[in-house]
Amino acid sequence: MSYADLSSLPITAFEDVAALSARRSVRWRPGLAAVQGAAHHTEVFTASGDAAGAGVALALALDDLRHLPRADGSEADDRRNVLWVQTRDAARLNGRPYRAGLPQSLQSRLIHVMAEKAEDALFALEEGLRCRDFAFVIGEMAGNAKALDFTASRRLTLMSERHGIPLFLVRIDAAHDLSSARMRWEVASAPSAASAWNAQAPGDPAWKAELFRARSHAPGTWTLSGGDTALTASKLREDTDRAVAGWTAGLQHRRSPRAR
Amino acid sequence: MSANTPDAASSRRILSIWLPAMAMDRWRNAGDEGRRSLDNRPLVLIADTAHGPRIEAVNRAGMVAGARRGMMLADARTLCPDIVTAPSDPAGDLAFLEKLAIWARRWGPWSAMDAPDGLLVDVTAVPHLFGGEERLVADVEAAFARRELGLRCAIAPTAGAAWALSHFGPQGAILEGQGDFEARLADLPVAALRLDDDVLTVLRRLGLKRLGDLAGIENGGSGRDAIQRRFRNRKSPAANPLIRLDQILGRVPEPLLPVVPQHMPLVQRRLMEPIRHRQLLDKVVEDLAQDMARELEGRGEGARRLELGLWRVDGEVVVRRLEMASATREATHICRLFAARLDDVDAGFGIEMLRLRASWSEPLALEQGDIEAAAETHGTSLAACIDRLTVRLGVKAVSRPVAFASHIPERAQRWQPPLAPEPASQGELAFHKRPLKMLDKAERISVLYATPDGYPKRFRWRGGVHEVTRVEGPERIAPEWWRERGSTRLRDYYRIEDDRGRRYWIYRLGIVGDGRGGAPDWYLQGLCA
Repeated sequence: MSYADLSSLPITAFEDVAALSARRSVRWRPGLAAVQGAAHHTEVFTASGDAAGAGVALALALDDLRHLPRADGSEADDRRNVLWVQTRDAARLNGRPYRAGLPQSLQSRLIHVMAEKAEDALFALEEGLRCRDFAFVIGEMAGNAKALDFTASRRLTLMSERHGIPLFLVRIDAAHDLSSARMRWEVASAPSAASAWNAQAPGDPAWKAELFRARSHAPGTWTLSGGDTALTASKLREDTDRAVAGWTAGLQHRRSPRAR
Repeated sequence: MSANTPDAASSRRILSIWLPAMAMDRWRNAGDEGRRSLDNRPLVLIADTAHGPRIEAVNRAGMVAGARRGMMLADARTLCPDIVTAPSDPAGDLAFLEKLAIWARRWGPWSAMDAPDGLLVDVTAVPHLFGGEERLVADVEAAFARRELGLRCAIAPTAGAAWALSHFGPQGAILEGQGDFEARLADLPVAALRLDDDVLTVLRRLGLKRLGDLAGIENGGSGRDAIQRRFRNRKSPAANPLIRLDQILGRVPEPLLPVVPQHMPLVQRRLMEPIRHRQLLDKVVEDLAQDMARELEGRGEGARRLELGLWRVDGEVVVRRLEMASATREATHICRLFAARLDDVDAGFGIEMLRLRASWSEPLALEQGDIEAAAETHGTSLAACIDRLTVRLGVKAVSRPVAFASHIPERAQRWQPPLAPEPASQGELAFHKRPLKMLDKAERISVLYATPDGYPKRFRWRGGVHEVTRVEGPERIAPEWWRERGSTRLRDYYRIEDDRGRRYWIYRLGIVGDGRGGAPDWYLQGLCA
């Protein structure tokens, strides 16, 4: 099997393709939902004993909600509920959501499901994605459950895309197995910025987040930090950005001499 | 007299029906001819008590022989050795009275039960349909006579007056609202006021035997004040003669609870051939659900609780209950919920009958069905989603956190059913930062190195060592002395961040030298985002 040498093609063949590529391979950044729409089915990998996974999932979900263009008929204030599904293992490892610690806008909108088994959690996630009255769905599952194979994750993706409800699946202590998630993050807590009032105190939460696989974005590593109002991202290394500039395979028109 | 009778009272007409021998009449009519042949022999209905059988009802011959209601059976036997006994049935009597109350609505738009043996029917503006009040009373008497029930009835402007006249007045008394209202009641005994026995005793000792005596005291001037003072602590109408008197005369309103017949929506299928297979069962359940949806739609209601009964050939009955988060009458939704509950049904030799009953239904307005094709992709409603989750995962699994008035962090949050209304709560203080996640039970950590300030510099939790770099605290939370033991120790909470940026919420249980145990322990309770 041989690939056509792209550099032999005339440049004009790439004009619209390059535009397409540029649109598709735009780097991830907070607030991208305003342009591209909400991300469906995001997986967030994290270690146990660290609330970074839930924190990042909530921050990403709220960031998408804030930036999504509002439909004409919808209310000005989104009062839809949020479904949070946990397996018993996940709750034991990383705790249950605590109302007073949730972002202000979610405190009265949370519906929590405690599932004994991974199968039950997947059922609850799928039912949640099918329901039009949820703003988004968060799942928390521990380990690589046998029930959560590629077929199951594909089912979740399809259901999420069909009904337009974003799913954020937090995987605790899990290996990066096969999955059809559109974006997959590996996150860990990062030292927070100094608090404005007390230099000794922990400040707004910060996380080191690595986007290691995404359908329409180049991979990269960011330091995310967010309070209740906004999510900010700063890139850890600028040079990785240039290295993956034309990462969508085959669409790189002119290769840099150094790479050759 | 009529000057202080309000007009509103005189415009109403209440029919009071009293069945003096309802229990006995019912017993007599319920059985075969053998029971009627006992009419001329002394007969009592008895109830068992701690001191032996007690007489609850007596027939006419028994009355002549000396047996009375409330007497012990042994006493009655000494008076009349050949007395015949039968068990009484108070629950059945009450059910009978309830049916009778609904039946009595043929004379008026609503009726109320007057337990244990009376009925009240509102016949305001009705008598002309029967040709006048006399004809109405005659109709009532004829109808009860056909059912072989003895009765006394009366019509009066208030429920109290009608009750008094039916029990103590002439048969078929009709009291007009004007003129002789109070005068015609004046001769009735004070027992006509529907008072408790001890109050009647007090009135008898006071020498007040008739309603006229009480009313006369009032007209004398200071008499009402004297009775008012004597009964000043009695707030219940049955214990205060003045309230009862005012109710009879219509000066204070007397609310009555009407009996409203309610029929549970019920659909059933008898099967020609017993079914043993799941596929057929699903089909029948689907048919039942559609019947039920039609039934509920006709009544403008939706089901909250459904009971599916499966009658097996060998005499077993399997019942499956379902409770919905909100009223629904969607056949497909009902089918889907039942499908999850029918997996463990043992059909045995086959199921011959199915019955679906909505034991709890709520009003649900008819609504326009979605006619667009796009509606199919809309997805389910929140209530339907909650139903599906609770049916598979159990009621406890789906919940919503709500705030609770407590200082202790783990008590400050409670879980309640997701669609229940949220209780009112006080707002959180903004400077109290709380963790995003809370462990079910605070886990003990071992402090490896503590700073002189008191918080740990290095600690071990779940096998890993954490080096604390930043700390905020302490936030002291004292035990709730009004519900906890005196030996409970206070907690000093710290928000910390370790060297890898992980943020936790830890506390020290007690302080050194508080006299409630040895060196204080450290616990990790929450994980901050």
